[in-house]
Amino acid sequence: MNVIETRELRKEFSVRVRRGLLRRERRTVAAVDGVDLTVQRGELLGYLGPNGAGKSTTLKMLTGVLHPSGGRVTVCGLTPVPQRIQLARRIGVVFGQRSQLWWDLPLRDSFELLRHIYRVPGGEHAARLRRCRDLLDLDEFLDTPVRQLSLGQRMRGELTAALLHGPQILFLDEPTIGLDVVSKQAVRGFLAELGERGDTTIVLTTHDLADIERLCRRIVVIDHGRVVHDGGIDALHARYGSQRRVVVDFDVAPAAPPVLPGVHLESATGPRLVFTLDGSASVGTLVSALTALGGLRDLSVAEPEIEEVIARLYRH
Amino acid sequence: MGFITATADRLPIRNFTESAGLIRTLGASGFRRFSTYRQATVAATATNTMFGFLRTYVMLAVAGSAAALGGQAAGYDAPRLVTYVWAGQGLIGVVLLWGWTDLADRIRSGDVVTDLLRPVHPVLGYLLPDLGRAAYALLTRFTVPIAVGALAFDMYVPRRAATYPLFALSVLLALLVCFAGRFLANAAAYWLLDSRGVLMTWAVCSGVLGGLYFPIRFLPDWAAAVLYFGTPFPSLLQVPLDVLVERDPPLSQLGLLGLQAGWAVLLLWGCVAVQRRAERRLVVQGG
Repeated sequence: MNVIETRELRKEFSVRVRRGLLRRERRTVAAVDGVDLTVQRGELLGYLGPNGAGKSTTLKMLTGVLHPSGGRVTVCGLTPVPQRIQLARRIGVVFGQRSQLWWDLPLRDSFELLRHIYRVPGGEHAARLRRCRDLLDLDEFLDTPVRQLSLGQRMRGELTAALLHGPQILFLDEPTIGLDVVSKQAVRGFLAELGERGDTTIVLTTHDLADIERLCRRIVVIDHGRVVHDGGIDALHARYGSQRRVVVDFDVAPAAPPVLPGVHLESATGPRLVFTLDGSASVGTLVSALTALGGLRDLSVAEPEIEEVIARLYRH
Repeated sequence: MGFITATADRLPIRNFTESAGLIRTLGASGFRRFSTYRQATVAATATNTMFGFLRTYVMLAVAGSAAALGGQAAGYDAPRLVTYVWAGQGLIGVVLLWGWTDLADRIRSGDVVTDLLRPVHPVLGYLLPDLGRAAYALLTRFTVPIAVGALAFDMYVPRRAATYPLFALSVLLALLVCFAGRFLANAAAYWLLDSRGVLMTWAVCSGVLGGLYFPIRFLPDWAAAVLYFGTPFPSLLQVPLDVLVERDPPLSQLGLLGLQAGWAVLLLWGCVAVQRRAERRLVVQGG
């Protein structure tokens, strides 16, 4: 069942450009330029793109905050802008750079306020809060005013706040921005567990590709407001020619390194050889050929870096 | 029960218990938020009290001059003017004439986006905590100046029992009118981004034309009528204070409350309409 559907979704902004001392020219900029997107229930989708690509704008249209300039969009069977208040009960949103918590109040009070705002029965609220307290270690700062929380603590609070009403879809806009390694791991671990359950659809935008590798089976890449890739990480590697590398150390440099289809000798420095493999080439075949040469001391296989692939995609 | 198990959407029918819970909790959040800053409350109350003395001496001079000529100052005798001043000083913090820029700040920073993601209309989402804030101010910033004024001067005490509930209702209506005015002045930031000029204009007009610095009834009748019927400002302080000091007969008191109620409905409707229009052209600042 599709929980998100967009067809030719567009958002244009009008900007004024300086043209001389007093003259200003009005220009229309398409932040989102015809995005087609279908997301099924339970998916954990990574929504990537360089700065200014239109990721956050898309999310704001999906959540009913921004009016689309064109196209169609339905989320949970609702049209986001005219049905924003109904939709708000079915979705949870975390914007990494904004807070939905009450600055002057303790975290516990913010959660209690949200219970009434979303009209969540007391039992359901208590059970969800208990689970979040366990998984995100909230107890030590539950009674601290939000203004005194560290960024990592606040983000754990934001995630909890977004989930206490049991949303069908969770939108996360850069939820790990500015977090230290430990906090990032806590957030990722929490989202991984949430994703594995499969009853909450998660749409995640991030610049931290470790988030994507750890969490997302499907990624959608957007650039200049258009979708440039929609598929798994493997498909991305295949499309942009990602290469695995095999580093081999021999006792003595071999006289004739093996020549196999899809395998390229990148460098040969003394007894160390470095091969790169195209997507179709088999590591097993190469290892067999190397073993047959004799004198093999050490071997390691490096998977392609996702950063490299995404950077190549952005530059494309 | 599962963890974050997505729940089926509930019907949007608001039953009484749920709505009462929402009103109570959001109201209480405003009360708690402002009661956190106790030193600020003390400072504001002290300032209101100090200015109460200055204004009282000016008003007593006015009342004395009028008495020397064998009359009253626009229908107010000295005790009535003393009550007018001290109750007015107490109401400044309750209706909160100025100093509220929460919405404008959130529009400027882009944080207003989180207000739009809640299943509560943004106007209601700001109004309910404001009522809680006013309740806190009623207990602190209203009672202290009244007590000081009563100890230091001869104040007028209402003679008609009906005046007390009418005054309470008038204060509630004044609060609604003032909230709506502040909301609209803040909402100018959707278009202007920097709404300081609008907020300053609101602050000056609400004080001068609202009856804080002098009773609007001191003006010629035609000018007072223009202000009462053409602007919401007299509904902020002048009307509740006139009700309290029983300057007019009971029927006129009811008429003044009707005028206030009209302004409250009109301005709150204006808030909803402006918010709807603002959302159509919303640009979230900061991405």
